[in-house]
Amino acid sequence: MEKINTILEFNKTCVSYTQQTMAVKYVTAQIEKNSITSIMGPSGCGKSTLLRAVNLMHKLYPNIRVEGEILLNGENILSMNPIEVRRNIGMVFQRPTPFPTMSIKENILSGFTLNSIRLDKYQKEEIVEQTLKSVSLWEEVKDVLNKKGTFLSGGQQQRLCIARALALKPQILLMDEPTSALDPIATKHIEDLLIELQKDVTILIVTHNMGQAKRISKHSMFMYLGEMVEYDLTENMFTNPKDERTKAYLTGQMG
Amino acid sequence: MKSNLNIKQRFFKDRSIFVIVCVFSLLSSIPLIAILGEVFVKGISQFSLSFFTLPTPTAYKVLKAVEQGLPIPGGIANGIIGSMIMLLIASAVAIPLGILCGAYIADNSKQRFAKFVSYLTDLLQGTPSVIIGIITYIWIVIPMKTYSALAGSIALCIMMLPLIIRSTEETLRILPSSLKEAGLALGANKAKLMLKVQLPSAFGGIFTGILLAISRVIGETAPLMFTALGCSFIRLSLDKPISAVPLLIWEFFNDPYQQELIWGASLFLLTFVLTLNLLSKYLTRKWKK
Ligand SMILES: Nc1ncnc2c1ncn2[C@@H]1O[C@H](COP(=O)(O)OP(=O)(O)OP(=O)(O)O)[C@@H](O)[C@H]1O
Ligand SMILES: [Mg+2]
Repeated sequence: MEKINTILEFNKTCVSYTQQTMAVKYVTAQIEKNSITSIMGPSGCGKSTLLRAVNLMHKLYPNIRVEGEILLNGENILSMNPIEVRRNIGMVFQRPTPFPTMSIKENILSGFTLNSIRLDKYQKEEIVEQTLKSVSLWEEVKDVLNKKGTFLSGGQQQRLCIARALALKPQILLMDEPTSALDPIATKHIEDLLIELQKDVTILIVTHNMGQAKRISKHSMFMYLGEMVEYDLTENMFTNPKDERTKAYLTGQMG
Repeated sequence: MKSNLNIKQRFFKDRSIFVIVCVFSLLSSIPLIAILGEVFVKGISQFSLSFFTLPTPTAYKVLKAVEQGLPIPGGIANGIIGSMIMLLIASAVAIPLGILCGAYIADNSKQRFAKFVSYLTDLLQGTPSVIIGIITYIWIVIPMKTYSALAGSIALCIMMLPLIIRSTEETLRILPSSLKEAGLALGANKAKLMLKVQLPSAFGGIFTGILLAISRVIGETAPLMFTALGCSFIRLSLDKPISAVPLLIWEFFNDPYQQELIWGASLFLLTFVLTLNLLSKYLTRKWKK
């Protein structure tokens, strides 16, 4: 593969839920800074498991073991403090998860509240406006900032969640099928948004939608049964897959 | 036309089962309606301003009224104030402590100590109230050498604790795990997450639990007999015996001349408990939305 400016690096990363089996097996890959990288593969191949290991979500569940290394700017995050890691690596989930008791404004600022970072009124207003603009939600919600986030539509809620993650200015944004619960128009909105955002943040996205991977990502990873089968420029992978399994998946003959 | 007959038969079966169910539910609600009706009819005639503002009558006044053939003077103000004071103190301790405990158990359900605390909560919830009264008597009343409002509050507090712990724990447990993960993904630590995300989201369920705990202990008589004892005038001090509405009912029952007052006091208690129950039902429905 060509020389890239690496921000995140998997080095023989393995994840297992049980003693006998591995859900992710020896993944080694370098993720390019300020670009979008998508992870594809049939259901159950370990995409979510790999993604969640990157912001140490597995530490919530004592039965999950992660081996190998995951390096953020050369430093192994597996031995770093989870709170520090998560502040640098944001995550957006499949279903929108605005905090139900918080208003739109409080949701945007929740990253600061939850990290006990004090802001004055002026800073708060600026952050709320800027982040909402960056996810192009500002025009839609600027008059209802004090309403609950759960009143928004699914697509708006998801953009709110992206904004909430971006407010903390993370280096990397992890997204696990962020558009699978949305209609095509809301999906298009978010895709445009991600393309726009990649100049500020590196995006690692799990997607079931091959079209989406093709439209937005520079690199693509194809996983099968926990293994990384192929990792290449998206263009190369779609026009000329090297592995039979990738080919089968891309041509719709698998999962 | 066999199938047609079949449908008629099924219809008939359906109707008869419906009627049977109705009859039985009516039968089982008869005692409840009878109790409510009797308490209401007998009690409402006693409701007046003085019933809520005057303390219980002294034996002398009762005798005099009986001699002159007048209605018994006085009310249950000492009991209402006593009940409220003890409820307030008990809640002030049981609510924060119970929520803290419930949050701890819900958050660390795999830890040994949390399991132990959870088990204790079950035990405490199943402990008869009279035993809690006796224990409080031994722990508080004997060392203080006096019955007191404080001892009564402690007994009520012990009774409220397991109810609040359980409702907090259960409400926290049914919150979607996505909420927790979303908070942690933003870099929250456990304590902040609990305080800013989980507890506020569980507020409805916890509040309902608190209301139910209050309505549960407000009518308790046994634990107060060993601790608060009773007092025939309005008193605000915490280190002296104090009255409570359920204690008054018991006292009225034991005085042939005052038995009338039972009904007013009972109606007051019933109304209080019913209101809390309805309120909690209403709030649960509102927060579910
Ligand atoms: N909590 C868990 N406990 C045990 N095994 C699990 C758990 N979560 C996932 N697995 C297993 O790990 C493997 C990978 O699951 P994962 O959720 O990462 O798949 P995925 O690629 O994200 O699939 P999907 O596209 O359906 O989301 C699967 O075989 C699954 O059965
Ligand atoms: Mg998944």
